[in-house]
Amino acid sequence: MADTTILEKDLHGAHAHGEHGHDDHDHHGDRYQSAFIDNYMFSMDHKTIAKQFLITGMFWAIIGAAMSIIFRLQLGFPGADMSWLQPLLGGWINIDPATGTGTLSQEFYYALVTMHGTIIVFFVLTAGLSGTFSNLLIPLQIGARDMASPLMNMLSYWFFFLSGLVMFISLFLNTGPFSGGWTAYPPLSELPQASDGSKAGATMWIMSLVLFVVSVLLGGINYITTVLNMRTKGMSMFRLPLTIWAFLVTAIIGLLSFPVLASGFFMVMLDRTLGTSFFLNEIYIADTALTERVGGSAILYQHLFWFLGHPEVYIIILPAMGIVSEVLATHARKPIFGYKAMVFSILAIAFLSFIVWAHHMFMTGMNPFISNIFVIFTLIIAVPSAVKVFNWIATVWGGAVRFNSAMLFSLGFVSMFISGGLTGIFLGNAAIDIQQHDTYFVVAHFHIVMGVAAFFGMYAGVYHWFPRMYGRFMNEFLGKLHFWGTMIGAYCVFGPMHYLGMAGVPRRYYSFETFNAFSEFDAMNQFITIAAIITFFFQILFVVNFFYSIYKGKKQTEMNPWEATTLEWTAPIHAGHGNWEGAIPHVHRWPYDLSRYEDREFIPQTEPLKEGEKDGGH
Amino acid sequence: MEIFIGFLCAVLLTVLLVQIAKARELATAVRADHNEEYEVNKLQAGMGVVFMVLFLVACVVSFIYYAPYVLGWGVNTAASEHGPMVDSLFNTTLLVTSIVFFATQFALFWFAWQYRGRKGHKAIYWSHNDQLEMVWMIVPAVVMTFLVVQGLQAWNTIMVDEGDHDIEIEATGYQFAWEIRYPGRDNMLGTKDFRKIGGKNTLGQDWTDAKNIDDVVASDIYLPVGKKIRVRITAKDVLHNFYLPQFRVKMDAVPGMPTYFIFTPTVTTDSMRRRLSASPDWQVADKQDDTKKRYETFDYELACAELCGKGHYSMRRVIKIVSQEEYEAWLDKQEANSTYMSIVRNLTDEEKAKGKVEDPFASTTKGELLFEKLVAIKDRVNTQLKSLNDALIVAKKAKNAAEVTKIEAAIVAMQAQQRIARITNNLEEANTAEREANRIASQVMQANLTTTDNAVIDSTAVPLDSTANKIQ
Ligand code: HEM
Ligand SMILES: [Cu+2]
Ligand SMILES: [Cu+2]
Ligand SMILES: [Cu+2]
Repeated sequence: MADTTILEKDLHGAHAHGEHGHDDHDHHGDRYQSAFIDNYMFSMDHKTIAKQFLITGMFWAIIGAAMSIIFRLQLGFPGADMSWLQPLLGGWINIDPATGTGTLSQEFYYALVTMHGTIIVFFVLTAGLSGTFSNLLIPLQIGARDMASPLMNMLSYWFFFLSGLVMFISLFLNTGPFSGGWTAYPPLSELPQASDGSKAGATMWIMSLVLFVVSVLLGGINYITTVLNMRTKGMSMFRLPLTIWAFLVTAIIGLLSFPVLASGFFMVMLDRTLGTSFFLNEIYIADTALTERVGGSAILYQHLFWFLGHPEVYIIILPAMGIVSEVLATHARKPIFGYKAMVFSILAIAFLSFIVWAHHMFMTGMNPFISNIFVIFTLIIAVPSAVKVFNWIATVWGGAVRFNSAMLFSLGFVSMFISGGLTGIFLGNAAIDIQQHDTYFVVAHFHIVMGVAAFFGMYAGVYHWFPRMYGRFMNEFLGKLHFWGTMIGAYCVFGPMHYLGMAGVPRRYYSFETFNAFSEFDAMNQFITIAAIITFFFQILFVVNFFYSIYKGKKQTEMNPWEATTLEWTAPIHAGHGNWEGAIPHVHRWPYDLSRYEDREFIPQTEPLKEGEKDGGH
Repeated sequence: MEIFIGFLCAVLLTVLLVQIAKARELATAVRADHNEEYEVNKLQAGMGVVFMVLFLVACVVSFIYYAPYVLGWGVNTAASEHGPMVDSLFNTTLLVTSIVFFATQFALFWFAWQYRGRKGHKAIYWSHNDQLEMVWMIVPAVVMTFLVVQGLQAWNTIMVDEGDHDIEIEATGYQFAWEIRYPGRDNMLGTKDFRKIGGKNTLGQDWTDAKNIDDVVASDIYLPVGKKIRVRITAKDVLHNFYLPQFRVKMDAVPGMPTYFIFTPTVTTDSMRRRLSASPDWQVADKQDDTKKRYETFDYELACAELCGKGHYSMRRVIKIVSQEEYEAWLDKQEANSTYMSIVRNLTDEEKAKGKVEDPFASTTKGELLFEKLVAIKDRVNTQLKSLNDALIVAKKAKNAAEVTKIEAAIVAMQAQQRIARITNNLEEANTAEREANRIASQVMQANLTTTDNAVIDSTAVPLDSTANKIQ
C-alpha cells in the first residue's frame, strides 16, 4: 500500500479549513489545487468526478426525456398543431401555408427517437449511473483514497463530455442528427442517400459514440484495478458490499464488450468514408445500383452490435441492482438475503449476458436453427434474475423498513424489474418473438425492465448518498412525491403498451393512421402521452429538489445518518481529496451486520470481531 | 396559448410544492423523534399496499377490456396454420408469468407493509437459507426448461423449410413500398440481379432466364387459403421487414441476402370479416368510410417492421386471402401483365431500340414461346367458356329447361378444362384441354344463335376501335 502512504502525507493539513462553513460548496481538499478550475472542472478527486458524471447525466436526461415528450405528442395527438414548437425546432416543423398548422417532419420524428434512445441508454443510464456511483462509491466503500489512476478517471469524464458535445452539436446540423435508430443498423446508417440523418448526422453520431467507448474503457479499467488492488486491509472479496460487486462486474462486462461495438463502428466509418463494404451487399438506391459495394453482410453488424448491446443492458441494470441491494438492506435494517447467492447471480448474469445476444436477431434472417441455442441461454438468464428478485423480497421480509425516498425507489425498482423481466420470458422464446419482435411489446419490456428500473436504481442511489456527496439531505416530501408520481406515471406510460404490442402495433411508427389494424388505439395513445407529460413533470420536480437541496437542504449532522455499516460513512462529512483524515479504516467483518445482536442494531465493518464471534454471511 | 397556460401552471405548481416541502422540513426538524418516522412509515407502507391492490386490479381489468387484442383471444386469433402454436405458447407463458407476477408484486408490497419500522418492532437477522434459495432457483429452472422445450418445438416446426410449399412468391422491400412477384405457371421465380434494375425492370429480372418469362409483379396480393406459401423476402436498399400481423409472420428483408417465411393462411378475408362482424368492437362505423361498418372494410395488411427511413410507417399493402378458384381466376388476369411480355417482348422494334431493350428470345417468332402458346390456348378456352355462359343466359331467357341443364353440365366440364389451361405449364396438357374444350363446346352449340350474337357484338367493337386509332 505504498501509494496510500504517499497520499496520507499529501493530505496532512488539508483539512485545516474543514470548519470554513462553506457547506454550500464542495470541499477544498486539494492542497495544490485551489482554483475553481482545478476543484470543479479538472479535479481528479473521484467524488468530484462522480458529481460531474451525475450532473452531466441529469442534463442529458432532461434533453432525452424532453425529446420523448415531443414525439409522444406526435403519437398521442396526431394532426394537432405543433407550430408553437417552431421557435425551438425551426424547419423541423412543417407549416402548412394554407392553414398555418404545423406538423412534425417525419425525418425529425425519427431523429428524435434515435437521439432519445442513444442519449438515455449511453449518456444517462451508462455514464450517468455507472459513472456516478462507481466513482463515488468504489474508493469510499473499499477504503481507498482515490481511484488507481485519478488522471485516467478524470479523462474518462472528459471523454464523456466530449462525446456529449459532439452529439449535442449534431442536433444543429442542417440535415439533422442521425435518425436510423439507436441500434444504427446498416445499410440505413451507411447510405446518405437513404435518409437525411445518415448524412453528417450519422458521422457525428459515430464519432460521439467512439469517444464514449474511450470514456467507458478508461473508467472501466480504473474501476477494475481499484477494486482488485486497492481494498483496505481486511476487505476480502466476500466482504465487499454488493454495490462494489456490481460495479466491478459491470466494468468487466464493459471492458469486454465495448471494444466489439467500437470495431463495428469503425467498420461503419470505413464503409461510409473509404468505400469498403463490410455491411453492404447488392444495393440499389436512388436510381443507382451500387455495383462496387458488394460482398458484405448487414447481419454481421447486428452480431457486432448486439454482442455489446445485450451486455450493455446489464451494464445499465447491474449498478442499479447493486445500489438497490445496498439500500434495501440498510433501510430494512436487515442483511441482504443470500449475499453469496447475490454475488453468484451477478456473475452468472454477467457470463450469460455474453451468450444471448442473438435473441435480438431471431427475425433478422439469421439462420433460424442457430436461434435454438440463444433461446436456451436467454431463458436460463431468467433464473439468476429470479433468484435476485426473490432475495430482495426476502430481504424486506422480517425487516423494520424505513420508508424514505431511497427505500421507496428501491422497492419500486424491484416491482419494475419483476414486471419487465417477466415480459422478457415471452420475447426470449423465438416462436413468440415472431409476433412480438419490433412491436410495442418490446418497447414496454425494455422501458420497464431497463429504462424505468435503472432510473429507479439511480434515484435510490441519489437520495441515499446525497448526504455523502453534498453534506445535506434531499427534501423528503418532494422525494416521496417524486416517487409516487414516477411509479404511477411510468406504469401508466408503459403498461398499456403491452396491449398495443399484442395487437401487433409496430414500434417506430410516425403515425398509426396508415394501417387499419394499428389505428384503433387513439384513446390509449393519448392517455400514454398525457401520462408521459405528467411523469416528466415529476422528474423536473426531482431536478428542482436536487439543486435546491445542494444549497438549502437539511444539513447532515451525523457522520452516519442511515446507521449503515459500510465504510463510506466513516469518512468525515465534507471529506477532502483522500477521503479519510487519519489512517485508512480497516475492515473486520462483512458489510451486513444489521440487527444481528439484540443490543446492537448495526455494527460497522470497521469494528473488530469479538472473541469467538464469527463473521456473518456464512 | 393552452400550452403556455399549461406551462405556467406547471411552474406555479412546482413553486407551491417546494414551499410546502420547505415548511414540512422545518416542522420535522423541530419535532425530530422516532414517532414521526413511524407515522411516515405507516402512511407510505399503506400507500404501497393501496398502490399494489389498485395496480393488480388495473392489470386484471385492463386485460379483460383488451382481451380481444391478446394473442389467441377473441378476434386476435391467428389466421395461419402455425399461428395457433405461437398463440398457445404465448398463453402458456402468460399463465406462468402471471402467477409469478401477482405473487411477487403482492409479496413485495405486503411484506413492506407488514415489516414497516414501528414502535417496538425490530428486524430479524436472517442472512440466508440454502434450502430456500435452492428451491427458488430450481423451480424457475424447471419452469424455464418446460417453456424452452415447448418454444423450440414450435419454433423449429414453424421455421423448417422442406421445399414442400405449394407456391413461392417474392416480396421485395424498398423505400417505401413492397413489390410482390408471382412465379407464374412454371411456379418458379426467375433469377434477378440488382445490376439489371432500371427503367421498368424494377426488380432487375434477368431476361435470359426463361423462368422469368411468366413472372408477374402484381399490384395486389392474393393468396389461396389452405395452401403452403413460401415467401422469399428481399430488399433493394436498406433493411425492411415483411410483417403480416394476423398471420404471425415476420422476417427481415435484407439487401443481398434473401430470407424466407413459410406459412399457410387458414382464414379467407371474407370469413375473417364474418368473424369480426360478431364482435361489437367491429360493428361501429369505419373511420375512413362511415357508410360502412368496420368489419366490412377489414383487410389483411402487410406492414414494415424494421426501421427503414422516414416512410417506415407507411409501407402498407393489402392482402386478400381467397379460395383456390378465385385465386386462379385472379392469376389468370395477371398473366397479361407478365413483366417480360409487357416491357420486353411486346415492344415494337422502335421502342426496343429507343429503350435499349434486348430480347434474348428475339429469334423465336412472336407467339412461338411456350408461354405465349399457353396463354393463347388459355384465352381460347376462356372464350369458349364465355360463349357457354352467354348461351346459358339466352337459354334461361327462353325458359328452355332442358337446354339450361345441358349447358350447365357443359360449363362444369368446361371449367375443368379452363382450370387446366390456366395453370398448366405443359403444352401437351394444354392442347388436350383445348381439344376437350372444343369438343364440349361443339356438342352444346351446333351453329347456335348465341355465337351469332357474339359476332355481332364483336363486329361493333371493331369499328369503334378503328375510329379510336384514327383519332390518335
Ligand atoms: C428475464 C430476462 C430477460 C429476457 C429473457 C429478455 C429477453 C429479451 C429479448 C428476447 C429481447 C428482444 C426482443 C425483440 O427485439 O424482439 C429483448 C429486448 C430488450 N431487452 Fe430484454 N430480456 C430480459 C431482461 C432484460 C433486462 C434486465 C434488460 C435491461 C436492463 C433488458 C433490456 C432489453 C432491451 C433494451 C431490449 C430492446 C433493444 C431494442 O431492440 O431496442 N432486458 N429482451
Ligand atoms: Cu438482450
Ligand atoms: Cu420498410
Ligand atoms: Cu420499415
